[in-house]
Amino acid sequence: MDFIYQLINGLQVGSIYALVALGYTMVYGIAKLINFAHGDIIMVGAYIALLAVGSMNLNIWVALLVSVVFCVILGVLIERVAYKPLRNSSRMSALITAIGMSLFLENLFLLIFSSNKRPFPNSFSGVAFSIGDKPISFNTLLTITISLVLMFVLWFFVQKTKIGKAMRAVSEDTAAAQLMGININTTISVTFAIGSGLAAVASVFYSSTYPLVDPYMGVMLGLKAFIAAVLGGIGSIPGAILGGVIMGIAESLTKGYISSTLADAVVFGILILVLLFKPSGLLGKNVKEKV
Amino acid sequence: MLKVENLEVYYGSIHAIHGVNFEVKQGEIVTLIGANGAGKTTILQTITGMIKSKAGEITFLEKNLKTIEPHRILQLGLAHVPEGRRIFSGLTVMENLQMGAYIRNDGKAAIDADYERVFTTFPRLKERKSQLAGTLSGGEQQMLAISRAIMAKPKMMLLDEPSMGLSPILVQEIFKIVKDVNASGVTVLLVEQNANMALSIADRAYVLETGHIVKEGSAQELKNDSAIQKAYLGS
Repeated sequence: MDFIYQLINGLQVGSIYALVALGYTMVYGIAKLINFAHGDIIMVGAYIALLAVGSMNLNIWVALLVSVVFCVILGVLIERVAYKPLRNSSRMSALITAIGMSLFLENLFLLIFSSNKRPFPNSFSGVAFSIGDKPISFNTLLTITISLVLMFVLWFFVQKTKIGKAMRAVSEDTAAAQLMGININTTISVTFAIGSGLAAVASVFYSSTYPLVDPYMGVMLGLKAFIAAVLGGIGSIPGAILGGVIMGIAESLTKGYISSTLADAVVFGILILVLLFKPSGLLGKNVKEKV
Repeated sequence: MLKVENLEVYYGSIHAIHGVNFEVKQGEIVTLIGANGAGKTTILQTITGMIKSKAGEITFLEKNLKTIEPHRILQLGLAHVPEGRRIFSGLTVMENLQMGAYIRNDGKAAIDADYERVFTTFPRLKERKSQLAGTLSGGEQQMLAISRAIMAKPKMMLLDEPSMGLSPILVQEIFKIVKDVNASGVTVLLVEQNANMALSIADRAYVLETGHIVKEGSAQELKNDSAIQKAYLGS
C-alpha cells in the first residue's frame, strides 16, 4: 500500500516535470535551442497566478487561465526579441542569450517582488481518496489527470493537425519544410506558445504542491525538467513525458524508502547512467550528421 | 518564365557563381549540366532563397524573387525538389504528400483528387501510404519527393539531381516521370550530372563549369558537340 502511495506521489511530481520537459524538448526539436529561460517562465507563471488569486481574488481556475495567457505571450515575445535575431548565428550565441534571458527574468522579479518567499494559497484542498491510511489529495489527482489530458491534446495536435505536422516537418528538416511553403517563424512561435502555456499550467500545480513562490523557484524545477527531457531523448515528445515520469517516481521512491536528502542525487545519478549507456536518451533518435 | 541575370554567389570568401545568366521559358525542359562542384545546386538554392546571392537578378513570372520570403516562393508556383530528396523520413508517406499540399487552399475535393492522381501514377506510394517515408527505397523516396512537389500544383519545378544514387533502370523511370510532369504543363529546370539522360529529355541546356556558364544551346546541339561529348558524355 505504501508503495502505491509513493508511486502516485511520484507520478504527480513526474507529471509536473513532464509538462515542463515538453517545453524544453519541443523548442529544441524545432529551433535547436536549449531555452534556459524556460524554467523562469514557471516562476513568472506562479507569480501571475498568485497575484490573480491573492490580490485580485480570482477563482483559481481563472487564475490558471490568466497565467497561461500571460506566459504564452511572454514566451512568444522572448523568442521574437531575444532568439529570433540570432537564428542564423552560432548555437553558442543563442545558448548564452537564453542564459541571459533567464538571469534577466529572475532579477526582474527579484526587483519587483523582493526575495521573500510568498505563500501560495492551498487551492485544490481536500482528500480525493485514501490508499490504506494514506490520503491522496485532490491536488495530486488533479495534477495527474490534467497533465494526462494535456499530453493527449498535445499528441493529437502534433500528430493530426496541419500545423502539428508542419512542426514535425520543420523539426526534421527546416530548409525542406520552407520549400513546402511552411513559415518557419510561425511554427517556432507556436512551439514557444505551447511550451510556455504548459509551463504555466505546471507552475500552478507545482505551487499548489510546494506552496512557496520566489524568484528562483524555477531554477531547480527547470533544471530537473531539462534533465527529464535529456533522459527521455531531447527533441522527442514521448521521451519528455517518459523522462519526467521516471524522474518523479525515482525521486518519490528515494524520499519514501531511502532518504529525502538523497533524492536529487539519485535523479542526477540516473541521468549520468543514461548518458553513459545511451547518450541520445531513452527514446532519442541516434541522428547522424549528414555531410 | 524564370530569368537569372548576372548572378553572383559567395560562400564566405569563396566566389562560387560568377555572373551566371540563363532563362527558362514556359513549357520547356531546360537542363543545367556540369561536374560535381560546378555550382548547379548552389544556383537552384539561390533561386528559392535557401542561399542569399551577392548580386544579380532572379525573376519568376515578372516577380523579383530576391525580395520574396523563401516560404512564399512556392505560393508563386515555383517548386524545388532538393538534392538528396530531403523527404521527411519521420513522417509517413501520406503526411509527406500533405506537406506538399500545405500551401493549397483550393478545397479538400481538389486536393484529394490530386492525391488520387499521384497514387495512380505511383502505385507503390499508395501501398506504402502509412509507412514512414524513411523506410522507402531510394527510388521510392525520389518518387515521393517529386510527388510531394506535384501536390503543390506548381507552374514550374526545379529538380536537383533526381537520378542521384539510383540504378540505371530507376534512372530511366525517373526521367520518364520528369517528362510526364512537363507534359502535364509544368515547366522544368533540371540539374544533372547524368548529362546524357538530361540532354535526351531536355529542350535546351546550359553547361556550367566552376561557376561559369561555358556553353548553351538546344539539347540536340550540345549532344552533338564534340567537346561536350568528351567531357560529359564519355564518348
